[in-house]
Amino acid sequence: MIRESKDILNWIVEQGVRWQPSLGGTLSLGRTNSFFLGGGRAMLNALYLTAERLGVEVAYDAEVIDLVIEDGMFLAARVKRPINGETEIRATSLVAAAGGFEANIEWLKEHWGDAADNFLIRGTPYNRGSILKMLLERGVQEVGDPTQCHAVAIDARAPKFDGGIITRHDSVVFGIVVNKHAQRFYDEGEDIWPKRYAIWGRLVAAQPDQIAYIIFDSTVVTSFMPTLFPPIAGRTVTELAGKLTLDPAALEKTIAEFNAAVRPGKFDHTILDDCRTEGITPPKTHWARRIETPPYLAYPVRPGITFTYLGTRVNKEARMLMKGGKPSANMFAAGEIMAGNVLGKGYAAGIGMTIGSVFGRIAGREAAKHARN
Amino acid sequence: MHGTRILDEADRLMTVCNSCRYCEGLCAVFPAMEMRRAFSDGDLNYLANLCHACGACYVDCQFSPPHEFNVNVPKTLAVARAESYAAYAWPRALSGTFARNGLVISVIAALSMAAFILGFAALNDRGVLFGVHTGPGAFYRLMPHNAMAALFGAAFLYAILALVMSVRAFWRDIGEPIGGRADGGSIFQAIRDAGELRYLHGGGVGCYNEDDRPTDRRKLYHHLTFYGFLLCFAATSVATLYHYLLGREAPYPLWDLPVLLGTLGGIGMIAGPVGLFVAKKQRAPELLDEQRYGMDVGFIAMLFLTGATGMALLILRETAAMGPLLALHLGAVFALFITMPYGKFVHGIYRFVALVRYAQERRGEAGS
Repeated sequence: MIRESKDILNWIVEQGVRWQPSLGGTLSLGRTNSFFLGGGRAMLNALYLTAERLGVEVAYDAEVIDLVIEDGMFLAARVKRPINGETEIRATSLVAAAGGFEANIEWLKEHWGDAADNFLIRGTPYNRGSILKMLLERGVQEVGDPTQCHAVAIDARAPKFDGGIITRHDSVVFGIVVNKHAQRFYDEGEDIWPKRYAIWGRLVAAQPDQIAYIIFDSTVVTSFMPTLFPPIAGRTVTELAGKLTLDPAALEKTIAEFNAAVRPGKFDHTILDDCRTEGITPPKTHWARRIETPPYLAYPVRPGITFTYLGTRVNKEARMLMKGGKPSANMFAAGEIMAGNVLGKGYAAGIGMTIGSVFGRIAGREAAKHARN
Repeated sequence: MHGTRILDEADRLMTVCNSCRYCEGLCAVFPAMEMRRAFSDGDLNYLANLCHACGACYVDCQFSPPHEFNVNVPKTLAVARAESYAAYAWPRALSGTFARNGLVISVIAALSMAAFILGFAALNDRGVLFGVHTGPGAFYRLMPHNAMAALFGAAFLYAILALVMSVRAFWRDIGEPIGGRADGGSIFQAIRDAGELRYLHGGGVGCYNEDDRPTDRRKLYHHLTFYGFLLCFAATSVATLYHYLLGREAPYPLWDLPVLLGTLGGIGMIAGPVGLFVAKKQRAPELLDEQRYGMDVGFIAMLFLTGATGMALLILRETAAMGPLLALHLGAVFALFITMPYGKFVHGIYRFVALVRYAQERRGEAGS
């Protein structure tokens, strides 16, 4: 994947997709990430236009309701469309690029229990994992832990589905994060943000009622990108606690203990600086500064699921492997539906797009090769 | 809260966009937005006039309808832009002309054409209006040159005065508190950006108009119209110099500079507005500010009329149709001049000023 990813940068431009430099105000992403100009939808629009120009027919508003698979060999798909009704489409190869199952709350609950009711889903409500389920039921080998996913802490006021990128919060490293009992639970300054933002969804998911609050003061408000939802403000810690329905005494105590533990240092959010705490658990190992300048501010956050890692096992040709290890004759997979082959747990910024584009290209190439023979 | 509902909506959208920023490479609006965390009325009017309506951010946006965030930046800024024309109009008493602009423009155009025809007929002997006049000074048998120069000079000066006063109000509202001055480098940058329509570009692929394909040709049509207008203006200026400096009177022979400039410009001013009108008709309803349809089409029609009557006058200037055509042409030009501060013409002025401010902000940022 890493080898092919270098070439993808140019290849995808040939398909009409455009890049832009790292976005203004994003935290430490300038050194690590490229961005699509106009965002993901602009990328998809460009790829669809290229596909149409090449003569590819796209069936919109079409739901695959069944796959006919015999002995690891794809034969046909049953498709339901609002106008044509149910039809069967036969093909020589299949590339499954149908995503994970993050929008299927019942499926999430099988593994997470009732906690999944408090998850917010960052993408489309249609990502219900129905194709993934069909493939696994028809003999494709599964890969990945069903509870593992790309999950970030997003604003608790975001819509249940499809809040997208704009509900993110980059402010964790500038403050502290407490749960509903006003207790801290993880080192907010463990590592630079592009390496850590994708663990906070799981961390919040493990807290009671799956809710947490990023708490900071007025001195850092302009240190991170402006947010869709304004921070909740209080002139005193007690007033803020009241608005967040936290126990005021507990929040006062947590902040006071944190402030007392902060050691002097030279603050620099671009490096692992020496601003840290001493004598509290958990510690804040970098970027620790006292929270003492009113107004006191907070963002409520919940787990925001971007995509799940459970998927179909593939080999390096993106070919699906059947239970028992035999490669499928003509079934390939790309994107989220096979991300679990690469991602066990954790994440680093940009990997999802890289998996999608690299394995999309490989799967397409191999599927075409099979169809030609 | 802002002065108007559309500014409230623009503020909401800029808050959404400022927390996303994926469109920052598309045009000048989004980088200018990123220099702010909160938006005053003036800021929003500035951003609205910076927008060239290329449509790319709507097509690219993952939060455009049917998404519940309902993000439609091009349309919202189009409405805000049009409302800003009225807000900065001078004198204030005439800001209402923007409300029913198509009607206002067409009534003024009709009245001024009628006035020229009646004036020619009333002030001259019978037969002069429909007579055949050729040779130097032919036009001035219908209306003396000095009268023509005085009338149009006055109309033009008034238009400039009203525009200067409007721009002052705009500049004060969007600029630094004291309404700081622009530096030469920023003005030069803005002339380049406006001259090539740098931001009518969809961020590189082209603009969107009728659907989600970047197949729009408005940039070409706009160039034809704008440079056609400039050529016609140059033709008139050269002719004025001929008249006063060289003592040579119009009409000029076909090979002479004013006629060559005017012919090229006239072709642009016919083809460009036709293209713009067709594009306007095809524009996707979700991008179109329907309420301002009259203002947009009124301006396009005035430019077209000016170009078409001018070309007709050139072709038929040695026939009996010359008199009436001269009246129509002068009527169209006169109406175009006096309505300049109260119609779509101002879009170019405000957008240019916004580009100057943007160039200045970028320089300030690079310097700091």
